[in-house]
Amino acid sequence: MSNDIIGAAKPRIDGPDKLSGRARYAADHYPANLTYAYGVFSNIASGKIASIDVEKAKKQPGVIEIFHHDNFPKLHRSPSNFAQQNKVDEARLPFEDNNVYYGGQFVALVVADTFENARDAAHFVDVTYQESKPVTSLTAALKNGDPKQAKSSRHTRGDADSAFASAAHQVDVTYTTPVETHNPMEMHATTADWNNGNLTFYEASQGVVFAKNTIAAVFGINPARIDARAPYIGSGFGSKLWIWPHAVAATAASRELGRPVQLVVPRAQMFTTTGHRPATHQNLKLGADANGKLQAIVHDSVNSTSFVGNYVETCGSVTKSLYDCSNVRVTHATAQVNQGTPTSMRAPGAAPGLFALESAIDELAEKIGMDPLALRKANYTETDGSKSLPFSSIHLMECYEKGAKEFGWDKRTPEIGSMKNGTEILGWGMAACNWEALKRDCNARVALRADGTAFVSCATQDIGTGTYTIVAQTAADVLGLPLDKIHVELGDSAYPSGPLSGGSWASASALPAIHAAAKKAADQLKGYAVEEDAVFADAKTDDLSLADGKLSLKGGQSVDFVQILQKRKVAEAFGEAYTTGATGDEYSFRSFGAHFVEIGWDPGISRLRVNRVVSAIDCGQIVNTKTASNQVEGAIAMGIGMALFEQTEYDHRSGMPVNNNYAEYLVPTHADYPEDVNVLLLDYPDYKFNDLGIRGIGEIGITGMAAAVANAVYHATGKRVRDLPIRIEDLMSA
Amino acid sequence: MRQFDYKRATDTDGAIQAHAGQAAAYLAGGTTLIDLVKLDVMQPERMVDVNRLALSNIEDADDGRLRIGATVRNTALAYDDRVKRDYTVLSEALLQGASRQLRNRATTAGNVMQRVRCSYFRDGISPCNKREPGTGCSAIEGVNREVFAVLGTSEHCIAVHPSDMCVAMAAIGATVEVQGPNGTREIAFGDFHKMPGNTPHIEHELAEDELITHVTLDAPIEDAGSTYVKLRDRSSYQFALASCAAIVALDGDVIREVRLALGGVGTKPWRCSQAEEQLVGAAANEENFAQAARLAMQDATPYKHNAYKIPLARKAITQALKDATARAGNGGSI
Repeated sequence: MSNDIIGAAKPRIDGPDKLSGRARYAADHYPANLTYAYGVFSNIASGKIASIDVEKAKKQPGVIEIFHHDNFPKLHRSPSNFAQQNKVDEARLPFEDNNVYYGGQFVALVVADTFENARDAAHFVDVTYQESKPVTSLTAALKNGDPKQAKSSRHTRGDADSAFASAAHQVDVTYTTPVETHNPMEMHATTADWNNGNLTFYEASQGVVFAKNTIAAVFGINPARIDARAPYIGSGFGSKLWIWPHAVAATAASRELGRPVQLVVPRAQMFTTTGHRPATHQNLKLGADANGKLQAIVHDSVNSTSFVGNYVETCGSVTKSLYDCSNVRVTHATAQVNQGTPTSMRAPGAAPGLFALESAIDELAEKIGMDPLALRKANYTETDGSKSLPFSSIHLMECYEKGAKEFGWDKRTPEIGSMKNGTEILGWGMAACNWEALKRDCNARVALRADGTAFVSCATQDIGTGTYTIVAQTAADVLGLPLDKIHVELGDSAYPSGPLSGGSWASASALPAIHAAAKKAADQLKGYAVEEDAVFADAKTDDLSLADGKLSLKGGQSVDFVQILQKRKVAEAFGEAYTTGATGDEYSFRSFGAHFVEIGWDPGISRLRVNRVVSAIDCGQIVNTKTASNQVEGAIAMGIGMALFEQTEYDHRSGMPVNNNYAEYLVPTHADYPEDVNVLLLDYPDYKFNDLGIRGIGEIGITGMAAAVANAVYHATGKRVRDLPIRIEDLMSA
Repeated sequence: MRQFDYKRATDTDGAIQAHAGQAAAYLAGGTTLIDLVKLDVMQPERMVDVNRLALSNIEDADDGRLRIGATVRNTALAYDDRVKRDYTVLSEALLQGASRQLRNRATTAGNVMQRVRCSYFRDGISPCNKREPGTGCSAIEGVNREVFAVLGTSEHCIAVHPSDMCVAMAAIGATVEVQGPNGTREIAFGDFHKMPGNTPHIEHELAEDELITHVTLDAPIEDAGSTYVKLRDRSSYQFALASCAAIVALDGDVIREVRLALGGVGTKPWRCSQAEEQLVGAAANEENFAQAARLAMQDATPYKHNAYKIPLARKAITQALKDATARAGNGGSI
């Protein structure tokens, strides 16, 4: 790859469309005869619908139909199989029966001629319930009985229990993390439009291929009859990976009525029926010898799940490989509560898991009397102990050292509360970050067109992360065209099959395919150019190169590539490519990093703020410094939210969420984001992972961040907060 | 949101007429009303839009007072030169409230009439004495960390009055001018909001169809310093966990006159008269500030999740008194 475009800090090419409103999201499509659906949602968390009276609602202006469990069409469940690219987390379909498993569950769907009429009429649907006592928290669920072990994610090596028992230094502590809600700005939304058995399906989705396959399975039709589109989504953070009940409800209503239906999930139900990060209880046992060498790691975690899906939050997924340790046990379990089904939220498993592990490492350092960074370095490894494989490319030690230097870690005085600035007590803390490098099968198509532009298409998505831009950069690099000549089309299942935008794998999966397709397009062009009677007849294609929109013969003339196509009387020269998601079995592929955080605690007014962050990230080749830094910066903000603010609270009696809006579910505001944030991108390509050396960067930034904040808070206040979020009352002395 | 009838009034008489005999609500900035109508917590059959009334001016009144029209937006009030100069506490309180977008819409009278943020009131489902008298208070045994009071609560309601602006006005002292079918009258600001007692659904002194036309601030205290200290989890766009409006005037090192009001902890904008009395004539030092803070919170009742508010409010009071004192006597801002 050349250096001028790959790795450059390019602004988003889709920025002007988003800024001007030309970018159209799922609920910005208005097919002819569009109708609008609005849900009626359960206001109990557990029980049965005793009766539904829709007579009054049906008489409201504009009402077309009201669906509920008695008249909703019989459909089929998704096989929920990742390999089939057909997966859901909430297995139950809407309106399957009269059971209520969680508050905010769809119990009826009003379809009307306008959004306002549908919403108005929804108030007149009279639902009565037979209520049963709900399980309203993970703690309550665990009191009811043993959690269900999740065997597939279990890992053991050595003998962790005896090694822990005989270790010179021990830490045995339990951490908890609360339910967190994704809260993307764009609501979940569906616009479904059936025509002669074919479905156009606009969905706020992080995966149009999965969306197509899932809807096809639910409706029992050939996926080829569905065009799932998500050219733009207002972020998802994992909540838009899979199909949720609203999409099935809207699509079924459209098919029944023979008219397009649009459904936007209200903000309050974004907290109930579109997934969330589950609550976790995590017990960490760390044993170390006198020098701080880890002898044993035990990480037992349990998370809340629903009664209509079993979601495992794999908190120990990083624990089994981050440090050099021979005796390790990692287990996961779930317990059912009356809440909607949990799902992946940015860095699932790793985000809550590293809060626990990286807090415990600091607790161990305190016990041994070691500097927390020195303890981590003492247990550094370049081998994945869970797989007994070397990491393909690891620069974690450099992350520690560069981050520490930039932050000034050597000036840290270890005594609690020993660092001050005016009325603030400063706390300095750090933590490692870590995320698996993943990739998936991908197809892509690239065409050089007779109008002088190039056209790139792939059924992956840009979820606000900059995928459009890095796709264009990749094509531009191969084709020698400026970015404004590259037209990128994503988010349509009609395009060559591409990966979900999740798991930080979209870049590592899609860009190699696009790179290969662009090469093939260039080769086809060169092939045309050396044909008999063509411009470069008799030349060898190997002697032709493509740059600045011109095809040039080594030591010879250059011509505009458009001329080659025009002379050939064809619209385009194109290439299609497939790249595999297989990674072989010689290496373990992961990304690494370290956060260094300064917090300020003003005891006079009980004010806690994050003042400063340095994050050093090792995640392979950086394609766009601007969008890559932006991903880490956004993850730092989200990590601050996880540490200090975020928590979906439920009433312990009713099980209903109580802070289900943007005013009371706190996320960081701009004013909470430190002015001094420095993201160091190490930029070491990992060519063992793919031809472009790219690993992905969407999730790693949030991992470890909450622990770094908690460790800094401890350094300032001497209060070890093991239950997120950290709140001022945890730090106040009476 | 349910269907409602909409009338745009052009004068106060017309507004009151349009309101009379209806399940009506006056619509100004709409930042509370529209929200609650969408949640189906309020179900007015008619909205009377008062934005076109000639009530958007800030005028000098007699005796050095300042008369604020009902529809003066929060942003306009916060940046008014007289408010910034003479009522710093009010400008600071306004600018720490809500978000810029909300402040651009929210009005003075609307903010006086702001409804509580209690999640059980807003969910439209839970038992709530304010929404459905006699059904009980879900918050007392529920999640009650943030927008719940420790002062002025009753067994029937513990919701905080959420306004920042009103806390500053309570400290400054003000008169609420209202107009109704039978003419105009004035209500002292301190009497306007009611504590829940046995009737949490009765939140204020307004009679049926009455409309707030103005809020007139008392004259500024000469040579006073003032400030608004708002403590919360995040730095912006959150209701106060505890806040304090303080106005301090000095005679040498001795407090000549002082006003203290609290937000985030009371069921109404909470004036601390007893603490004020104790401070007048006392030396302006931290010991006396801390003593006043203890006095102000001595009758507080903690609930399951909000006991921290009692020490937090004491910190807000102490800090506000310190900051106001530091500003006192330096050019006479209240």
